[in-house]
Amino acid sequence: MNNKHTIIAFVEDKPGVLNRIASKWRQRGFNIESLAVGISETPGLSRMTFVVDGATTDVDQVVKQLKKLINVIKIVDITDEDMVSRELALIKVSANPPARSQIIEIVDIFRAGIVDVSKDSLIVEITGDEEKVNAIVELLQPFGIKEMVRTGKVSMLRGGQVSASLDEEEPVITD
Amino acid sequence: MKMDGGHIVCECLVREGVDYVFGLPGGACLPLYQALPDYPHLKHILVKHEQASAHAADGYARVAERPGVCFATSGPGATNLVTGIANAWMDSIPMVAITGEVSTNLIGRDGFQEADITGITLPITKHNWLVLKTEDLPRVIKEAFHVARTGRPGPVLIDIPRDVLATEAEFYYPEKVTLRGYKPYPKIDLVEVKTAAKLIMESERPLIMAGHGVILSRAYSELRELAEKTQIPVITTLLGISSFPGSHPLCLGMPGMHGMYWNNMAINSSDLILGIGMRFDDRVTGRLRDFAPKAKIVHIDIDPAEVGKNVRPAAAIVADVKQALRELVKEVSPRIRAEWFAQIQAWREEHPSITIRETSKLLPQYVIRKIFEATKGDCYVVTGVGQHQMWAAQNFWFDKPNSFITSGGLGTMGFEIPAAIGVQFARPNDLVWSICGDGGFQMTLQNLATIAEHNLPIKFAIMNNSFLGMVRQWQTLFYEGKLVATPLCNPDFVKLAEAYGILGIRVKDKVQVESAVEKAMRHKGPVIIDFQVEGEENVFPMVPPGASLSATMDLPKLEEAFIR
Repeated sequence: MNNKHTIIAFVEDKPGVLNRIASKWRQRGFNIESLAVGISETPGLSRMTFVVDGATTDVDQVVKQLKKLINVIKIVDITDEDMVSRELALIKVSANPPARSQIIEIVDIFRAGIVDVSKDSLIVEITGDEEKVNAIVELLQPFGIKEMVRTGKVSMLRGGQVSASLDEEEPVITD
Repeated sequence: MKMDGGHIVCECLVREGVDYVFGLPGGACLPLYQALPDYPHLKHILVKHEQASAHAADGYARVAERPGVCFATSGPGATNLVTGIANAWMDSIPMVAITGEVSTNLIGRDGFQEADITGITLPITKHNWLVLKTEDLPRVIKEAFHVARTGRPGPVLIDIPRDVLATEAEFYYPEKVTLRGYKPYPKIDLVEVKTAAKLIMESERPLIMAGHGVILSRAYSELRELAEKTQIPVITTLLGISSFPGSHPLCLGMPGMHGMYWNNMAINSSDLILGIGMRFDDRVTGRLRDFAPKAKIVHIDIDPAEVGKNVRPAAAIVADVKQALRELVKEVSPRIRAEWFAQIQAWREEHPSITIRETSKLLPQYVIRKIFEATKGDCYVVTGVGQHQMWAAQNFWFDKPNSFITSGGLGTMGFEIPAAIGVQFARPNDLVWSICGDGGFQMTLQNLATIAEHNLPIKFAIMNNSFLGMVRQWQTLFYEGKLVATPLCNPDFVKLAEAYGILGIRVKDKVQVESAVEKAMRHKGPVIIDFQVEGEENVFPMVPPGASLSATMDLPKLEEAFIR
């Protein structure tokens, strides 16, 4: 059963913030399958997308524990939302002249691209959901994958809804 | 006005209403220490080991009901704080730890006395800060106090490099804190309150389990009102002791590993448990999957992450306890549950749990009972961790709110001396008894020098059984009596007291107990009483580690008690 949860978090872009988040994951024994971080549309805020396996990790606790971190501005589990998810992979494949045309054929079918060519290898760039990337990796395997790098998954809600507006709650400020 | 970082820190502390700081200086924090004489209202208490500064700040915070403050230098000074910070973290105690750090040009280069204390304390603080610019100090300190004391309280740490303390900047104290990602007070869900009230009203065998959150929220009268209005009996967890009057007819005492037999049975039979400001810790629940098998859980806690962490509640009110109880009490009405009370009473009579057996020997439970009688409960009781702690929890009745000061979550032996220092400074006119184990006492006893220096009139009662008693008990009960590394070779505690200029009293006989306790209370200064108690007394009732509450072993019958 696929019980993977996609969680997005908006976090302050400050030194050590990733360490705080990773420290929580480690301390509480949360198992994180993939992670992607980058700047967001809001200056000073980074956006993280990460995937948690709900079969081994209490996802509710992941969200609640991270929400307690002061540098985490917003965190939501968007698994049940209608979203677009992508990851990117660069795959360096052995490509002697006889194999080259077969590889190009596979790349075309997947609408992937070739971004570097040398005399005995190619770098294939593929963007897609996890299944698509897995599929091309499997097909390229027989040629000999010399090197591969994959980003974690990034996700965005479809339609006009903005991720940052999800689950808005009014904090009560008293001191 | 321009001033150096050390003065800025002091200015901020004064503005935060700090009167006592516990600490020990060193190279990296010297610019801060050198500023102290300019702030006579900021009294610095020199401890003899940094662990004690954190525990003293912890004890102070618990009774003063505001953040405790401790200072340490970089490296070993900071790492020595770690146990004390972890203790405050586990028990949700507001604390601001301020550490000196090596100069900014040395950070990350393994400078002399450098330790990555913000990295080290990441999992045991609500937040921490490394301040790299002097002008950031006021904002950070303001934020630190705000974070420490609001919401679910907890420790924070501010690490300040030496050059940041020594450099001058314009001083300006901000009026407001802006922390976008910090939402300490969740909005109360009144629909959940109604659901909770309905579950309570429908229940036949309800129990309240009151925890530390009641004390942290100062919700004593609200808890009492709810219990009295609904006529639901109140179990108090270890840290919930003194959140509800111990002598109240509805008070059932402590549950769990060394809890009252009747409580553990009641939890097993209950159809509704109302957990208030507590976190269903393993020492309370026993084996989790067997906990309260027939009960629906209603959970009140300010920390959303506590809800559903250990048990799945049928209703949860995520709010400050005081606010939650004020709303809840409006929705409930009285209901008589005579059968339930009769059942609990029957368990109590069958298994009185805390009877002290008749013997001429000096039993630690007897000593604690005598201290209770002599003080009439009108004092603060500080304890360490182990058998003496459990006996104090069982044999003392706490009617005075927030008067039981103990290390619950972390279980830190050695807490009993420095925490008592903090409590006595926070309550200079009140009587403070520190009930100690002979093992834990020796973990922080160097701080007796601080007690002597300030002539703090703390009364220390060492339950000296010449063992690491609780571990010895486990070895006796669960490891065929094979005693490994638990017999202690103790110093002469009376001579030790005298070495510090403290009155020492030795008690070997039961008949000497009352007079020793009275003498200690008449004495104006600190006293250490070495109660040489029965060596192999065990704490009962007991739930074997990892077992369910239904496996509670009650106090053995008189004849069995002597069989090892």
